[in-house]
Amino acid sequence: MNENEIAVEVANLVKKFGNFAAVDDISFQIKKGEVFGFLGPNGAGKTTTIKILCGLLTPTSGKGRVGEYDVFTQSEKIKENIGYMSQKFSLYDDLTVEQNIDFYSGIYKVKKEKKKERKEWVLKMADLEEKRNRKTADLALGWKQRLALGCAFLHEPPVLFLDEPTSGVDPISRRNFWDLIYSISDKGTTVFVTTHYMDEAEYCRRLALIFRGKLVRLGTPEELKGKSISGSVWEVECKNPIEALDSLQKDKRVIEASLFGMKIHILVPFAREEEASALVSQILDENKIEVIRLQKIVPSLEDVFVSLIREKA
Amino acid sequence: MRFRRLWAVVFKEFLQISRDTRVLVMAFAVPVGMLILFGYAVTLDINNLPLGVYDQDNSQESRGLVTSLMRSGYFSVESYADSYQGLLSLIEKGKIKIALVIPYDFSKKIKSGEKVEVQTILDGSDANTATIGAGYLTGALQLYSLKITQTEIKPPIDGKIRVWYNEELKSKNYIIPGLIAVIMMIIGTLLTSLVIAREWERGTMEQLIATPIRSSELIFGKLVPYFLIGMIDLLLAVLLGKLIFKIPFRGSFLLMFLVSGIFLIGALGVGMFISILAKSQQLAYQMAMVTTFLPGFILSGFIFPIFSMPAFLRVITHIVPARYYIRILQGIFLKGDGFAVLKLEILLLSLFALIMLGIANLIFKKRLQD
Repeated sequence: MNENEIAVEVANLVKKFGNFAAVDDISFQIKKGEVFGFLGPNGAGKTTTIKILCGLLTPTSGKGRVGEYDVFTQSEKIKENIGYMSQKFSLYDDLTVEQNIDFYSGIYKVKKEKKKERKEWVLKMADLEEKRNRKTADLALGWKQRLALGCAFLHEPPVLFLDEPTSGVDPISRRNFWDLIYSISDKGTTVFVTTHYMDEAEYCRRLALIFRGKLVRLGTPEELKGKSISGSVWEVECKNPIEALDSLQKDKRVIEASLFGMKIHILVPFAREEEASALVSQILDENKIEVIRLQKIVPSLEDVFVSLIREKA
Repeated sequence: MRFRRLWAVVFKEFLQISRDTRVLVMAFAVPVGMLILFGYAVTLDINNLPLGVYDQDNSQESRGLVTSLMRSGYFSVESYADSYQGLLSLIEKGKIKIALVIPYDFSKKIKSGEKVEVQTILDGSDANTATIGAGYLTGALQLYSLKITQTEIKPPIDGKIRVWYNEELKSKNYIIPGLIAVIMMIIGTLLTSLVIAREWERGTMEQLIATPIRSSELIFGKLVPYFLIGMIDLLLAVLLGKLIFKIPFRGSFLLMFLVSGIFLIGALGVGMFISILAKSQQLAYQMAMVTTFLPGFILSGFIFPIFSMPAFLRVITHIVPARYYIRILQGIFLKGDGFAVLKLEILLLSLFALIMLGIANLIFKKRLQD
């Protein structure tokens, strides 16, 4: 990778709170213009990492830079070159939509001649043109999040950090939000986004799986799905899935069995279809599970994640 | 400091203040309410001291004595008792502060030119009132003695007393300027004590410190609107003092506003400092109350004279900024003091303002606490 093409670089980053390592020896690089996802359950260290990169927390050790600026010594320089959207909505609830935009436009010193244009861009992008004089507190969460994104991108920074931007938002708004992320990334902006939604992770160019402060796996969604699982994943539709799940989880030959809706995903050691198929049929038979439908599937990121975490634990 | 960013913060604060009834009440209703309440209630003059009389004589002379006491304005005769016991129970019940017993031979002795004793009993549980009351009573009795004997004593030493600055010796004339100083201290500190803590509490600070805004831009930007509110409060207080309490104002308005501005910056700085430390509005509010109310009322010389304090307290009063500000306001209001007389106090207040702003700037960190 060419030096100039790297927007964010982290090497052996550690952040300890007392004895607890919230971020434990994490290394990765993000290319310019990439949509980079940080995926992991709550408390995995995603937010801590993002706060270090935004210059809000000082790391304990390791290296980190955003653009050409160091996270230890140049946090204020970093703040000039990023946009940050925190996990909790943190614009001013008691101001109107427009007043929030004007405030951040002043704080980011958006040039006079561009001020109006940028404001209109945010209003249009967030679909808030009609609601520009509405008090921010009265907006639904989806709109609030888009307004927050707009305010973080008013000054068109080269890197954008979004911490769980779609948390608590309905699925349609989430999809809309990702369209916005793409449109921003299309203009060459690097987007670093954390999420605990597996389906969203598939929208990222590259992904890092984070668990208990450690980086478990790094790659494109396809790479993660292909390489990370040894064996194959089968989807079973059956009667009494809860009972079935229970007996499958007890079966030694099953690496992993988990419930996805009313269907069960089971991971078995064989990758080749014939061998795996025979084993699965045998297991289901022996556990007296009344199968309605059975098929081999491409593992979802969730399958990957569950199996990787199981390995770690 | 960049003007664009400073202005963005100032404008935003104004918008938020205009929508926050709590701040508006604190900014305007509290100081006006305090001034009126304290202006009327805190008076160190004693008037209408409740007096009980047991007049055994009930003669023209004895009634004349009671009437002359009432006319002095210092006493009001609350009740007449018909026995010694009755008089004592009035004191016990707290109905009267002073009891006067006029003996049955009062008029007889006066007429024959004999010396006559009247017994007075004072309720000493309120020592201050009792002392002053005893003084007033002695004076009033002397006056009445002179009147009935029709003599004029010529003592060898005659003190010609002239009171300067507060000729009528009205305590409100010096209490009101002191009160204005204390109100400015409390309001200044309270107003800003919430501004930083509020942003932490609502989570808006996290967004703000991820931007290139400088600490000084944030702190000064938040100071400006509250400075204006504080100056409006001062104007209101001075107007109330002049119009309602009719206190004299002999000095320069310009000097008063200038010095008050300096003091206000210091008080706002204290609030800002507290707000940065506390990070929660509840704690900040309590800290602001403790740091302003106690020193403001007790250690500033506002009510309790500093020269009567024990030595170690006197030393502490030197670091209470309100002490200097009260001295300045009383000087400007009553004596018409100018800059030349007050320059040491003004210098100390300027130092106070600079130090507080400096500290606030220094301790505000654009990082999250670990």
